[in-house]
Amino acid sequence: MEFSHTEALWVLLLGSLLGFELIGKVPPTLHTPLMSGANAISGITMLAALSLIIKAQDNLPLLVLGSISLGFALFNVIGGFLVTDRMLAMFSRKPIRKQDNR
Amino acid sequence: MMNTAIFKYAIDLFAVLFLALGIKGLSKVRSARAANQLAALAMGLALLGVFIDFLGSDAISFNSWIWIVFGSVIGGCLGMITAKRVPMTAMPETVALFNGCGGMSSLLVAMGVVLFLGESDSGQTTQDFVGNLSIIVSVFVGAITFFGSIVAMAKLQGWLSTPGWTQSKLRHAFNIALSVLAFVGAAELLLGGQSGLWLLVISSGLLGIGVTLPIGGADMPVVISLLNSYSGVAAAAAGFVVQSQLLIVAGAMVGAAGLILTQVMCNGMNRSLLSVLFGGALGHSASGVGSNLSEYVNITSCSVEECALTIEAAERVVIVPGYGLAVAQAQHTLREVTRVLEAGGINVSYAIHPVAGRMPGHMNVLLAEADVPYEQLKEMDVINPDFPATDVVLVLGANDVVNPQAKNDSNSPLYGMPVLDVYEARTVFVVKRGMSAGYSGIKNDLFEMSNTSMVFGDAKKVLGDLLVQLKELGLGRKG
Repeated sequence: MEFSHTEALWVLLLGSLLGFELIGKVPPTLHTPLMSGANAISGITMLAALSLIIKAQDNLPLLVLGSISLGFALFNVIGGFLVTDRMLAMFSRKPIRKQDNR
Repeated sequence: MMNTAIFKYAIDLFAVLFLALGIKGLSKVRSARAANQLAALAMGLALLGVFIDFLGSDAISFNSWIWIVFGSVIGGCLGMITAKRVPMTAMPETVALFNGCGGMSSLLVAMGVVLFLGESDSGQTTQDFVGNLSIIVSVFVGAITFFGSIVAMAKLQGWLSTPGWTQSKLRHAFNIALSVLAFVGAAELLLGGQSGLWLLVISSGLLGIGVTLPIGGADMPVVISLLNSYSGVAAAAAGFVVQSQLLIVAGAMVGAAGLILTQVMCNGMNRSLLSVLFGGALGHSASGVGSNLSEYVNITSCSVEECALTIEAAERVVIVPGYGLAVAQAQHTLREVTRVLEAGGINVSYAIHPVAGRMPGHMNVLLAEADVPYEQLKEMDVINPDFPATDVVLVLGANDVVNPQAKNDSNSPLYGMPVLDVYEARTVFVVKRGMSAGYSGIKNDLFEMSNTSMVFGDAKKVLGDLLVQLKELGLGRKG
């Protein structure tokens, strides 16, 4: 894939604008899950760690460094999504129907 | 070859699309869970994309595979265990921990590129200005994110308190000095000197600590949200380093969305981001660390029996949950109590302050866990007009969010923060372990009011006793 810095800067700009637009009104209930979910996404650096390991060939220190980095990122990603799901699972439970009191 | 490249593009595009839809969906209650899963799927796609990319060009060496599996298994398993094991009360700390690790990952990638890929073979990665700059950003922001998040976690866990010196003006000098050092390191790195790297790493890390340490616990959620935004920035910078557009988009989205969320949270507390970051901990400047019993006069305390009698005669009861409820893990006992009240024909609702607990939404999660019907949870703006018509308010381990000072005393550091107007109710019971101050360290005028009675004890124990008393009074039994 060709990679030019000008293009990448455009990507950065448009990505930021998209991020600004995506979140408008968030009910307070969802602040924590949203933060946690977005946080899991920031673990996307796992891709960088991965390509570092692949490029490292037989450079052992770099392999180790990349592996640690990948571990940190995956800790972020997997833990982040699971914990968000755990929180959200509590909201999605159907409200219990009540017969009395209004 | 050509085919795999197109395939990889398609996968990346879908990943970006799903990530965007995921973030969007996470901001609505109904779609949130599916959105989270969609985002997770997008991450999986993104991983797949990397492998496909390399499948097309050259094979991944056996050595690389070993280290890939090694890192993923350890990181992934630890993440899974942490996510499953951690109690709901510790959610904010957990998010901080995960977030810090994301920052650390970006930091390590950038370091790896400088240390090992810098001058070797192609060398293209670090020759140019933008490439060098992105390495610097990645290291700087990554280090701040990691060390800042760890400090935030430690403070929320109570492992770290706010040291006195961090409340003096000295901290600004300290942080400025560190920023200068980081700048020097960055400049050296930009000119091609590798030694600048360590200076940059160390000073950025210390800066992360120095900036986060003075911030009081009540403001921690905002800080964590901001650090979350930083880790997105670090990821985007790492995207420049390893030349991945997907990384840049995703990082930029998280960075921007995190910033908006931070702003939304600040608005909820009526604080500006600047005062959170540089204002130091609330209450410390005014009155030293914390306040205690001696500051209070005219405290009325009462027994659980008296409390039960009053509640039994009430028609409308509002529960105000706070961090104390979470700590005592009393949500299930609370639910039993409210079941009895409802069975006795008493109208029960829960007043949720936007920042009750240690994190926005903390109380919603906690009460949902105990099967409290969603529609009984009332947000502050909805419930505030109802307090004058309320017979009994039961404050469970909440403090600052019910402090009338925020309305009446323009000298108070809390002044201007929206609070629950519980003092307008006929009777207020405050269940609390002792007279210690809330997280802000500020005295609570509510406790001295004539319609307020303190019920001292652990929330779970008090509620358990209350349940027994209410049942003895025959509440909730037909006839």
